[in-house]
Amino acid sequence: MIAPNLASKLPDEQRIVITGIGLTAPNGNDWQSFRQALLEKRSGVQPYEIRYFGETLAGICDFDDKKYQSKKDIRRGTRAGSIGVYTANEAIAHSGLDWENVDKSRVGIYVGVTEHGNVETENEIFVIKGFDYDTSCWSHHHNPRTVANNPAGEIALNLNITGPHYTIGAACAAGNAGIIQGAQMLRLGECDLAIAGGTSESIHTFGIFASFNSQNALATHADPTAASRPFDKKRNGIVVAEGGCLYTLERLSDAKARGAEIYGELVGYAMNTDATDFVLPNPERQAQCVQLALKKAGLAPDQIDILSTHATGTMSGDFQECKALRDIFGECKNIRFNNTKSYIGHAMGAAGALELAGNLSAFRDSVVHPTINVDELDPDCSLPGLVLNEPEERPRVNYILNNSFGMLGINSVVIIGRI
Amino acid sequence: MTPAEIRDEIIDILEDISPDEDLDGLDDQKPFRDQLELDSMDFLDIVMELRKRHRVQIPEEDYGNLASMHSTVTYLEPKMKDI
Repeated sequence: MIAPNLASKLPDEQRIVITGIGLTAPNGNDWQSFRQALLEKRSGVQPYEIRYFGETLAGICDFDDKKYQSKKDIRRGTRAGSIGVYTANEAIAHSGLDWENVDKSRVGIYVGVTEHGNVETENEIFVIKGFDYDTSCWSHHHNPRTVANNPAGEIALNLNITGPHYTIGAACAAGNAGIIQGAQMLRLGECDLAIAGGTSESIHTFGIFASFNSQNALATHADPTAASRPFDKKRNGIVVAEGGCLYTLERLSDAKARGAEIYGELVGYAMNTDATDFVLPNPERQAQCVQLALKKAGLAPDQIDILSTHATGTMSGDFQECKALRDIFGECKNIRFNNTKSYIGHAMGAAGALELAGNLSAFRDSVVHPTINVDELDPDCSLPGLVLNEPEERPRVNYILNNSFGMLGINSVVIIGRI
Repeated sequence: MTPAEIRDEIIDILEDISPDEDLDGLDDQKPFRDQLELDSMDFLDIVMELRKRHRVQIPEEDYGNLASMHSTVTYLEPKMKDI
């Protein structure tokens, strides 16, 4: 028996379910291959070189960008747009929706982003540098490429969606924030289908690498695949990654009516704010966010089977999150914790949505993929139930809690239930 | 540049702007828009590329001269003959 949650007591019109998953990650371009990579402990981190900054490491995606876009569309748009177009199309295909006959005015697009526009702005400055900073050589494409809604707007253009589209700027909590926004709009009746999640093209801006480096928070390692190592004693920072993960979300009533396959139900969520620092996390507020999500779901901590941690591999951030989690889940015997950034790096605005997708398969295979690259567990990051280096099979997985936190103290938690 | 060289340069720019199109059968006398999927942003790309590559300035009131290959080359010939 699945333990009851508050969402299950709602009418089907207010229950929100996942019916399709489209993604690109540095180690997989669809849900199945991503899961396979996680179970085989395959990293997607590679050597990478970027203008001005030079050689570094990154999680790089190799999806076929021409699968759903013409060369002209790719040239005119942005990398974030291409990631969004690919993942949205993949999610729709995976959902089994009769797309031709879907009312496009009732589809909403809600894409979480950490930042947008830095890539294009850096490119244009690089170009006009070659013309002695003559701004008449600044591209007329700059504004449509850099407006904050671009990553969602390109999806709308590609799929002829005429319902609402926008991005949700939420730093590295954005993937969860996109899902939450989609669910809220479905519950409000503002759309009948939400394409929701997060995307990131951040590896194409040198600024993000340079800034993390100046903050002493950029990971280095002789072996690129071992560079992202949350919870390990020798972790030394973040590996920046690109990626995207968009879901089709529907009301349970609609999903049932069309006989859709359901991959999980959003049974609880919460967002809150530290209001304490630009960069440093606040474990007390993170714990409050987790508690709030549990309360909204009507679940006790010991009902969570898998907790997907946010930890990015920084010395302070990992320790702080573990402290928050220990306070809530320290006495829980059945919970298992893992971390997906150890494989792909930090996919920024896509991170929350991608890391959730990596875990969702556990409803079906009951396997918890491990945190890899933990050679020596930092005692400060020790949690009972931390799955390290080898996958662990569980009797049954009913609830997954997904943490995603970001700069300026933005915290997000979603809880997905088996259905 | 000779008119033939200017034409080659415009073809090169169009290959960048419309990478999905086959330009081999382009009729120089017919408007670009009747033969290619070009919108106003694409025409601005032609103006921008000529500016970047050859420092040729095309004022807005002259954009109409870029309607076809023939009219474009005729218009650009005096501007690019010394390049």
